Amino acid sequence: MSSSLSAFSDTPMATINTEVKLLAAFRRDSHHDKVYLAGREYVGEGGQASVLPLIWKIKQQIGADPTLHPEYPSPLGLQEFSRRATELALGRDSSALVENRVVGVQTVGTAGAVRLGAELLKHCSSWNGPVLLSSPCDESLPHIFEAAGVRDVQHYRYWDGEHRGVSMEKMLEDLEKAPEQSVVVLYAAGHYPTGADLSQEEWKGVIDVLVRRRLLPFLLLPAQGLCSGDVELDSWALRYCVSLGLELLCAQSFSHSFGLYGERVGHLLCVLKENSNQLAVQSQAEKIIQTLWSRPPVESARVVTTVLSNPAHLVEWQEGLKGTVERCMLMRERLREKLRLIGSPGSWEHLIKLGGLFCCIGLTVQQVEFLLKRKHIYVLPGGCLNVSAINSRNLDYVSESIHQALTSQP
Amino acid sequence: MSLFREVPLAAPVAVFKLTADFREDPAPNKVNLGVGAYRTDEGKPWVLPVVKKVEKMIAEDNSLNHEYLPILGLPEFRSSASKIALGEDSPAILEKRVGAVQCLGGTGALKIGAEFLRRWYNGNDNTKTPIYVSAPTWENHNAVFANAGFEDIRPYKYWDAQKRGLDLSGFLGDLESAPEYSIFVLHACAHNPTGTDPSHDEWKQIAEVMKVRFSLFAFFDSAYQGFASGNLEKDAWAVRFFVSQGFEILCAQSFSKNFGLYNERVGNLTVVAKDEDNVNRVLSQMEKIVRITWSNPPSQGARLVAITLTTPELFNEWKDNVKTMADRVLLMRAELKARLLSLGTPGTWEHITQQIGMFSFTGLNPKQVEYLVKEKHIYLMASGRINMCGLTTKNIDYVAESIHEAVTRVQ
Repeated sequence: MSSSLSAFSDTPMATINTEVKLLAAFRRDSHHDKVYLAGREYVGEGGQASVLPLIWKIKQQIGADPTLHPEYPSPLGLQEFSRRATELALGRDSSALVENRVVGVQTVGTAGAVRLGAELLKHCSSWNGPVLLSSPCDESLPHIFEAAGVRDVQHYRYWDGEHRGVSMEKMLEDLEKAPEQSVVVLYAAGHYPTGADLSQEEWKGVIDVLVRRRLLPFLLLPAQGLCSGDVELDSWALRYCVSLGLELLCAQSFSHSFGLYGERVGHLLCVLKENSNQLAVQSQAEKIIQTLWSRPPVESARVVTTVLSNPAHLVEWQEGLKGTVERCMLMRERLREKLRLIGSPGSWEHLIKLGGLFCCIGLTVQQVEFLLKRKHIYVLPGGCLNVSAINSRNLDYVSESIHQALTSQP
Repeated sequence: MSLFREVPLAAPVAVFKLTADFREDPAPNKVNLGVGAYRTDEGKPWVLPVVKKVEKMIAEDNSLNHEYLPILGLPEFRSSASKIALGEDSPAILEKRVGAVQCLGGTGALKIGAEFLRRWYNGNDNTKTPIYVSAPTWENHNAVFANAGFEDIRPYKYWDAQKRGLDLSGFLGDLESAPEYSIFVLHACAHNPTGTDPSHDEWKQIAEVMKVRFSLFAFFDSAYQGFASGNLEKDAWAVRFFVSQGFEILCAQSFSKNFGLYNERVGNLTVVAKDEDNVNRVLSQMEKIVRITWSNPPSQGARLVAITLTTPELFNEWKDNVKTMADRVLLMRAELKARLLSLGTPGTWEHITQQIGMFSFTGLNPKQVEYLVKEKHIYLMASGRINMCGLTTKNIDYVAESIHEAVTRVQ
């Protein structure tokens, strides 16, 4: 007789991920003024994630295209997509492309790209860590590396909540101490969750250390074009590294820049020092992908490809991006203004220094708790929040609540 | 110095290489009997009419939410997909001891299941739990479980080349002697690559042994439901039987073939446990695993499948479309066998029509296969596996004659 004991009886309940917990709590919250500022998607003034009319149109066209066949794509994804994604990131005339030193692979979102990159590093080289992540970082990042078999995960100091900015001194100190061949994860633009990016001068300082200490950069580019409104500006750090001949990995996502959140369009770039092992690395990537998801979903990669390969679409898309960026900037400015007017302690200039979806107010644990429990305002740890979820209806409530948190809580 | 300086070139996957070689072959009469995807009688991929209809509906629906899906996937997809595997009125579903995770195709479902089992089954992070896969099996099974960390992946006896059928006593013997807690990967129907499934009676014997050896775990791979016999219920018999006997199982479902959604990566991992509490704990851990693999799944394909499965007229239309595909395969099987018999090709050919699903293990040896590929431009796997979907009314005579030549000229 079969045992009455479950094969899963020793499986413990998993601790819930912060974002999942926050969203569940928000949904259960019946408070009239509740505001959710911890989401990942760009939401418009009306509070909904929306689709660019252009994207909508292209999706319909693709749906009606009789020449497109339902077949298994290559595990590496659509070749044309990869080409366009690579060119968008590196620039068409990048030396790395000309010298054929780039491996580009379509992945399932950023998570998939990071996972693939981590597995490639682990399985294709003698590298065994450490990987250095910013403090704070996306909660999943350490676990993605661990899942790929990299146990040695460390952090470098990055965001300074007290001064509301990046602490360059501490960051450089930590990078100097890193063992040679450490992999350092850096956001080329659009740092999550703080939104705090480095200036070009600061980048030069960081890259200097990377070169000297022989550290390998693993850049994240989750929203190219959505930070400054300019795709080339947002990829400056990446292109600068490449121009110096650095070997690097770069995980790209098209979720934000194309409003294709649910479709998981990602890409991994691997820029090698030599082109002699380009095919070998690509073949290993293919092998690893077959054990992860076999092949990526194709339709939305087609949408992205269609936009990126058509000059008129490109213009329309970039204009859409600018609109998004402008609204984010507007909400940042209005938040800063409000906080200044109310007399909230501290400087709020950092809010408008940079663009993109995320910014960090710099709040203590108690202050975040206050916002959550007493004001029903949901933000990420440290007071990081998605500015697009602020709108004319909730701006006053949000800024007043932040003020109260700062002045009444330690 | 490059971190990647010592990367070896990975060996190409056999079936991809076959397709690549086929593409490069200029011969006008070439035939591709390699990769596992459906083809019409014109040799073309087929967009199921119901899929076209629902795609249009989705494209025109501007009330749709464009946000990230929940980590575990689209709820309506997960529940309707599990119902397809287990039956709408499955007692396990009524007893709330069924859960599901939307995954990237069947491979993704196997991946999440494998990662979960490695972390939480038979201890914590026990990489030594033996994984048994059929001899032969889909070549990617090994890689998925190995990459999930399992160190001991073994074959269980399955295909008897002599009698061109199931080696049941070998299979049962391996079940009887397997170490405790071994995991057995079972093909729910339309075994890949042999096309040979256990009969109901044989499944009962397999289940009997697994009941006695109650620590063994059944992980079903269901990639062809509906495609094998043309009937969803028939093709789910083994899975449902196991559940009715009280087994806990994982079942990796793929909707690539039966919906023709090869490139949208629609899969579902169904979990059947002893009770709801176990299901909840398992799902919570699977959610964590999904988060670090692809974070959340793609919505397009899942939405399409969910709408189809939960709308009666569309569901019926889908069943018809599936039957159309299955019927064409059955027809090609009958036609191929008939021709081989009429040509008087040496050997028995009953297995062509006894085998089920997309694939047939012809019994051709590697030399004969090589002859077919090189001399006749007919591409099939070295194992002798052919994809029946590659056969059409236009090429079947050529293929039959070529097989005849291969068998008579090459030993």
